Amino acid sequence: MIKEIREPLIFEISEAGKRAGELPALDVPVKMDLLAGVALRREIEGFPEVSETEVTRHFTRLSQKNYCVDMGIYPLGSCTMKYNPKVNERLAGLPDFAASHPLASEDLVQGSLEVLKRLETYLCEIAGMDAFTLHPAAGAHGELTGMMLIRAALEARGGARKYVLIPDSAHGTNPSSAHICGYSVKEVKSNEKGTIDVEALEAAMTDEVAALMVTNPNTLGVFESDICRVAEIIHAKGGLVYMDGANMNALTGIVRPGDMGIDVLHINLHKTFSTPHGGGGPGSGPVGVKKELVPYLPVPVIGEKGGRFVLDFDRPASIGRVRSYFGNFSVIVRALCYILTLGPKGVREIAEFAVLNANYIRKGLEGEYHLKYTTPSMHECVFSDKIQKEFGVTNLDIAKRLIDYGLHPPTMSFPLIVHGALMIEPTETESRRDLDLFIDAMKAIAREAKENPELLRSAPHAAYVSRLDEVAAAKFPVLRWVKEA
Amino acid sequence: MYPNDFRYTKEHEWIKVAGDEALIGITDFAQHQLGDIIYVELPPVGKELAVRQSISVVESVKSVSDVYAPFSGQVVAVNEALVQTADLINKDPHGQGWIVRLKIKDKKEIDGLLTANDYEKFLEGLEH
Amino acid sequence: MSYLSLSDKDKREMLAATGVDSIDGLFCCIPDAVRLKRELKLPAAQSELELVRTIEAIGRKNAYSRHLSFLGGGAYEHFIPTVVDYLSSRGEFVSPYTPYQPEVSQGTLQVVFEFQTLVCQLTGLDIANASLYEGATATAEAVLMAQRITTRNRVLLARTLHPQYREVVRTYIKNLGLEAFDVPYGPDGRVDKDALGRALDEKTAAVVFQSPNFFGVVEDVQALSDAAHGRKALSVAIVAEAISLGLLEAPGKLGADIVTGEGQSLGVPVSFGGPYLGFMACKKEFLRQMPGRIVGQTVDKEGRRGFVLTLSTREQHIRRERATSNICTNQGLCALRATIFMESLGRQGLREMAWQNAQKAAYAAERLGSVPGVRRKFSGPVFNEFVVELAKPWPAVDAGLRGQGLIGGYGLEPAYPELKNSALVCVTELKTKDQIDRLARALQEVLS
Repeated sequence: MIKEIREPLIFEISEAGKRAGELPALDVPVKMDLLAGVALRREIEGFPEVSETEVTRHFTRLSQKNYCVDMGIYPLGSCTMKYNPKVNERLAGLPDFAASHPLASEDLVQGSLEVLKRLETYLCEIAGMDAFTLHPAAGAHGELTGMMLIRAALEARGGARKYVLIPDSAHGTNPSSAHICGYSVKEVKSNEKGTIDVEALEAAMTDEVAALMVTNPNTLGVFESDICRVAEIIHAKGGLVYMDGANMNALTGIVRPGDMGIDVLHINLHKTFSTPHGGGGPGSGPVGVKKELVPYLPVPVIGEKGGRFVLDFDRPASIGRVRSYFGNFSVIVRALCYILTLGPKGVREIAEFAVLNANYIRKGLEGEYHLKYTTPSMHECVFSDKIQKEFGVTNLDIAKRLIDYGLHPPTMSFPLIVHGALMIEPTETESRRDLDLFIDAMKAIAREAKENPELLRSAPHAAYVSRLDEVAAAKFPVLRWVKEA
Repeated sequence: MYPNDFRYTKEHEWIKVAGDEALIGITDFAQHQLGDIIYVELPPVGKELAVRQSISVVESVKSVSDVYAPFSGQVVAVNEALVQTADLINKDPHGQGWIVRLKIKDKKEIDGLLTANDYEKFLEGLEH
Repeated sequence: MSYLSLSDKDKREMLAATGVDSIDGLFCCIPDAVRLKRELKLPAAQSELELVRTIEAIGRKNAYSRHLSFLGGGAYEHFIPTVVDYLSSRGEFVSPYTPYQPEVSQGTLQVVFEFQTLVCQLTGLDIANASLYEGATATAEAVLMAQRITTRNRVLLARTLHPQYREVVRTYIKNLGLEAFDVPYGPDGRVDKDALGRALDEKTAAVVFQSPNFFGVVEDVQALSDAAHGRKALSVAIVAEAISLGLLEAPGKLGADIVTGEGQSLGVPVSFGGPYLGFMACKKEFLRQMPGRIVGQTVDKEGRRGFVLTLSTREQHIRRERATSNICTNQGLCALRATIFMESLGRQGLREMAWQNAQKAAYAAERLGSVPGVRRKFSGPVFNEFVVELAKPWPAVDAGLRGQGLIGGYGLEPAYPELKNSALVCVTELKTKDQIDRLARALQEVLS
């Protein structure tokens, strides 16, 4: 039964004269000819007018329409939807941090600079890299930064080169980041195990190839066991290896990208380091590099001089700025808190139990759902809808039916090399009870696919809306509220 | 299903030759795979194309697909109707859903294209 | 402290169920040669109490808050209603992912739809996206967008555009065959229209300017847009101080084709520079070229209104190398904060806040300008920031003010070498008359 809670748009509740926020009266003499000669607006047309009570109810009711990690398992593959520690929220919001201005002189913000430096240091240790920049605002931004660093390093060596090799299983941000750096993309096929075809890679590697962008474990949740050989092949012909660190949750404390031949990588603080996803951000995508690339890091770099932290802008080889100020600071505070809370053993346990939880789910669903690649899974496993397709049920139907069980669906239709994919990543913070709930629901749905496929094709039935018409949304875009004439 | 007087490619384009020009579109199979088409990027008239170069991009709700030049040629006309009604490709992929008309540079390139029979066999072999 | 939810019994039984005899066995596919064989060198684990003490101690090393600050320059200290923190910290907003499963994300999706609407209303343009990272990258995205739309490779950047934004644009366009040229400013602190006219040509994709600009001066948006259009270039208006849109005419109504910039002023704390909130709005006809996520309205099978992410075929996860951008995240929580902020203040409140900013800055400008040794540098109209030129070198003045617990402004010489002894002073609605007077008195003392 559809839960009938219609929440109007704020503009539909709005009525003239109401307000939720007030300022004290102006305490300076009023200047009558303020901004004379400047085009001023008569009013902010269409802006809502509501009371604080109405604002509070509006957003409280809207929040209730969201599923979230705080409610239950959120097994989105490659997203690492782990628990967001609450104390980190409190500490990121400390007035000493929240109020620190990015243009303040260094001596006034030594605490903020220490936060940045500390996280850089800890990430170097966890990733096995020589330096980190915390500037990038998100994973994709980190990728772009990383590729720019590669380009700069190769230019210094003698030539930027033309191509970047990317496995066909890669996330869409990889090729688009390469493209923005001025590179053309050449796809490398995966083998029957779902990993990079080393022979194909060797054939593709020429002295016109700048880099390989690799995800490890890859987007199938499988570890690229040939990674050292792969890195050798690239390095032998003068290329560099970029690692998309989206799947770091499988590696923390077990193996370090820097020890696997990786030259540059980005990490997602909002994945591996527990900072909240916020319904779509803000994240943070720090980039780690080996020594050779340090001169090219974006400015400013946090340095230390005479026991104090300083901002180093004197970096003639730097790629320049990739954003304003220093990074997504309050996200960085949360990640620092997380690492300090876990300690070395706790950081290792992230990977240990992320992988255990994923394999527990895999074992539970094997046989019920089709597994295209039988290679061992790490922190995520990828099934497909092949078995259910025979009853006219697709991965989309399975996903929508999971909603009726009060659970969030896994990632669908990615990676592209698995048709009808269901990518499941539980993360290490799930309890056995929640894992079993998910497995049981998926098993029930597999049965329903056989016995009552129409139930799945018409799902969800127990959300706030039934299946939404995404075709109409694209064909006839309505992207804002407009006042009815 | 697939008109006998058309030619085809493995990238699911159809070609209807008329003299030294040819109409090009995407096949019924392709439009079905793409789903509801919402936008078509058309090339400028007069553009010269090498074989296998991208002539057009067809966008559906969930995916994007290139349409490749089956032979070298020059764009003589584009189907302006697609600007307003992109889903003509879904409704009538082999007729009103044509995308471009190309002037053929080398007739020999047409000979290498698949016949209706070849194309239907090719479709049978694909994993759906 | 651990956030795991597994008991020892769970771990044993689950290992058994997966058919592996030890945790170590789960990693058998990792070559032994690269396995880390030692514990990570990180500080020992801390309990919550210890963590709070550690972090609070680091926080106390920030002396900034113990000063009365007049800093602006792209990051603004404004009143944030308490409901913003309160509502945006709900777990249902904080802990979900991007709303790819719309049926269980209607809360997030509707918030973004409202956000898009509010941005359109503020900027006076037809469509807006779900937000971008921050102001500088938003500016770079607008430049790339202008290149795609016009297929031209030259952009003109006003020198009065935030120095960091211009740097980021240059970083982004370096490998794409685009060129950027700076357009100088005049004695009024605005873009020099003659210089602009001379720099514009048929290869110009866009004229990119900021209003109010980095000096706090309000640009003649209509004139700049007309100049750009005269050469069929796009007019790109950057707004770094979003509160100004409560009072100043919407750039979209003054000819701007794209309005983008920084929404930090709308309920996001200055927080040492991030995370912030890039926003972008543009004319209807540029929809396909606009980067970032977009939420659209639709209906479900029974005709109920709902919201979905739409037009995703512009984006990287489908178009891959032909995407409009590689951007994946928007700034969800920051956009939520801004939405709550804008809806709380509302039509009257935002306007009043903007008005108070302008009034207090005008008062401060007069008060400081009357101090011997202080001169208003530019003659153009200002919103909430203005430039003062001092009779003594800025570092000395700054130090003197600091000695009195004041941060008087932001020294401009590093970014603008010709502006020696000049500083940018920002006054928002948070400043009281007494505080402004205090700055004036302190300046007088330091300069005497």
